[in-house]
Amino acid sequence: MTSGAVIAGEQAADVGGERTGEPAGPMPITLAKALNLGLRSAMAADPKVIVMGEDVGTLGGVFRVTDGLLKEFGEARVIDTPLAESAIVGTAIGLAMRGYRPVCEIQFDGFVYPAFDQIVSQLAKLHYRSAGRIRLPVTIRIPFGGGIGAVEHHSESPEAYFCHTAGLKVVACSNPADAHQMIQQAIRSDDPVIFLEPKRRYWEKAVVDPGSPGEPSPNATGGLHSSAVVRAGTDATLVGYGPTVRTCLDAAEVSAADDGRSLEVIDLRSLSPLDLEPVLASVRRTGRLVVVHEAPSNVSVSAEVAARVTEQAFYSLEAPVLRVTGFDTPYPPARLEDHYLPDVDRILDAVDRSFGY
Amino acid sequence: MRGVTELMQLLTPDGHRITVVSRARTTELDGSPTAPGGSRSEPPPGAGLPAAGPDSGPGGGEPTIVDIDLPAYVADLTDDELFGLYRDMVLVRRMDEEATSLQRQGELGLWASLRGQEAAQVGSGRALGPDDMAFPSYREHGVAWCRGVDPAAVLAIFRGVNLGGWDPAGHGFALYSIVVGAQTLHATGYAMGMAQDRSPGAAIVYFGDGASSEGDVNEAFGWASVFAVPLVFFCQNNQWAISEPARRQSRTEIFHRAAGFGFPSVRVDGNDVLACLAVTRWALETARAGRGPVLVEAVTYRMGAHTTADDPTRYRSSAELEAWHRRDPLDRMRTHLAARGLLAQERDRRLALEADTFAHELRARCTAMPDPDPTSLFDHVQVTENGLVAAQRSAFAATLDPGET
Ligand SMILES: Cc1ncc(C[n+]2csc(CCOP(=O)(O)OP(=O)(O)O)c2C)c(N)n1
Ligand SMILES: [Mg+2]
Repeated sequence: MTSGAVIAGEQAADVGGERTGEPAGPMPITLAKALNLGLRSAMAADPKVIVMGEDVGTLGGVFRVTDGLLKEFGEARVIDTPLAESAIVGTAIGLAMRGYRPVCEIQFDGFVYPAFDQIVSQLAKLHYRSAGRIRLPVTIRIPFGGGIGAVEHHSESPEAYFCHTAGLKVVACSNPADAHQMIQQAIRSDDPVIFLEPKRRYWEKAVVDPGSPGEPSPNATGGLHSSAVVRAGTDATLVGYGPTVRTCLDAAEVSAADDGRSLEVIDLRSLSPLDLEPVLASVRRTGRLVVVHEAPSNVSVSAEVAARVTEQAFYSLEAPVLRVTGFDTPYPPARLEDHYLPDVDRILDAVDRSFGY
Repeated sequence: MRGVTELMQLLTPDGHRITVVSRARTTELDGSPTAPGGSRSEPPPGAGLPAAGPDSGPGGGEPTIVDIDLPAYVADLTDDELFGLYRDMVLVRRMDEEATSLQRQGELGLWASLRGQEAAQVGSGRALGPDDMAFPSYREHGVAWCRGVDPAAVLAIFRGVNLGGWDPAGHGFALYSIVVGAQTLHATGYAMGMAQDRSPGAAIVYFGDGASSEGDVNEAFGWASVFAVPLVFFCQNNQWAISEPARRQSRTEIFHRAAGFGFPSVRVDGNDVLACLAVTRWALETARAGRGPVLVEAVTYRMGAHTTADDPTRYRSSAELEAWHRRDPLDRMRTHLAARGLLAQERDRRLALEADTFAHELRARCTAMPDPDPTSLFDHVQVTENGLVAAQRSAFAATLDPGET
């Protein structure tokens, strides 16, 4: 179920063309490095792309995702901003009105809220308010989620706030290859994109081909707003996004080995719009669905998935759609986060309960 | 008091030892201290809220530089009290060093070092009285110390066992604020309440050079000024906001900003504990007397990394670090004490021993801190019972091994 709107101006940028200083051919790199290379390609392809945020220049970002960009593209395009999130997004809107494609970095999930008005009331609505005259191709990168033993406000999952807001696109990458491609697609989108990066997976490696071009349109199969089956299975369906995709894959592994169950795993990738076709197709075969995310359950992405699957595949379901999520508490102190975060045991327990119906 | 004058440094380009800039309330600024702990002027009737303060009109004219007899504000210090300030700084630095090593050994998840900022924090912290309320950022371990907060409680946050383990009201010290700048508005509101209540105290809020760019901080300036609240804005300009130098936040000196909002400000050598004490005492007195907020910019230096997760070699030079090393606030105070004959070998030795014991005990208490009861993560989500949380708690409790709760 992809969004039907055709997005103007989304041409395939030549990100696979000759660039200097970039390692050629597929190689194993971290998710952080994949984003870094994706940003480089996007900046090389389009001189209007500007990276801005706290500590993104000289330091290369606290997670080094923007490492080396200042040196390569200069101070006018890689901006160490004053410490003010509302201003980062607010000025990005102005830059976009002037024809630029800003990529804002919010240092941590918990610090996006000072920019909430600019995102929700301004960035999301100007296209609508101007009857389409204004386009705001702004990408807001947010490292999100827990699991790194951090202090307060550094482990949050704010996606539902943004999914709830019309006018915004919300995506979450889960692995290096997707990260590399999705960041370029997000930057090429003429709509604002909230780009969520699973911070506890930044250091996980996989083979990426830095020369691989982005897809022609974010809405095509394999485009920015399509979900993907990342492990085929027949007995039950697990759906995750961002950091929990890896957890779902681990759970499927354990379940196959210990219980002989074949679990299908789907990575949502796009949280708004949702692409539920692969999920519905899977549920029609398996009859069982467990949705997994770190965010609290109340009015969450899993709530939306459960509602829509129930509406559209009710007669295929052998059990209610079950959810494994963070609890409906504030993110707890680091020493308790392992209890808070969905893990393999909780997922397998939900799978057992699903089979118990 | 002779020694103070020797110790206070010239920091302003105009050659003023300490510069107080005032726009709206020049005539209200009092150049001499009231007797310590002594009389305070009652706020005039109706001086509370809103906009009925003594200075509700807009400030006019150019900012004026006012000379205030700041040394008089520390003239009452006894030799023991002087040494006490040094002791505070030594112990706080020792706590900081211990915490840094605890982090390296995996006992803390993170640590934000205050190294270099001991004078700013102890000087301002010791200016506070029991009726005052302090609102810290996340690096104010020295102020916490002055407010009687158990250093182990500060470590607990960074160990990840809780999110703020002390009683703010009991200590006159709010919880740490990790969201940069947010606490300045809390302090402003708290001070509005203090004015309403005719509290004899004032509030003080700590924030950094980086924080001065946040909307919240600028909104707090405006509100505090309009409502003439009893609040001291205490900015520790430690020259860096993670990797960004202070000049990336502001093209004017931070303390000059207050003039535009219509309240007085002062820039002080933040590595001079006596100067910080004097200036903060004066600022608190101004605030308590109902003359509205004051901005203090304490010029200091973050000698360590931003936190243990940071690598400052990526963005600042060793020459800069070296230059500030020569202005180390502890060395400055040692020199001062020695010059006054207050650093007897025996006393110095005893302090060193005390610091060793303190660090040793702190370490032991930190490493002995157990992980919290897992079900406690469901506690205090809100005051009234929330059915969803309660249901999640019982389901979760049922999954725990018997030993876990
Ligand atoms: C609203 C918000 N944005 C970003 C951060 C991440 N961050 C933590 S500390 C810091 C720099 C703060 O600099 P400054 O205010 O000068 O205080 P200092 O760390 O120097 O004490 C940043 C950007 C945060 N904690 N809160
Ligand atoms: Mg600073």
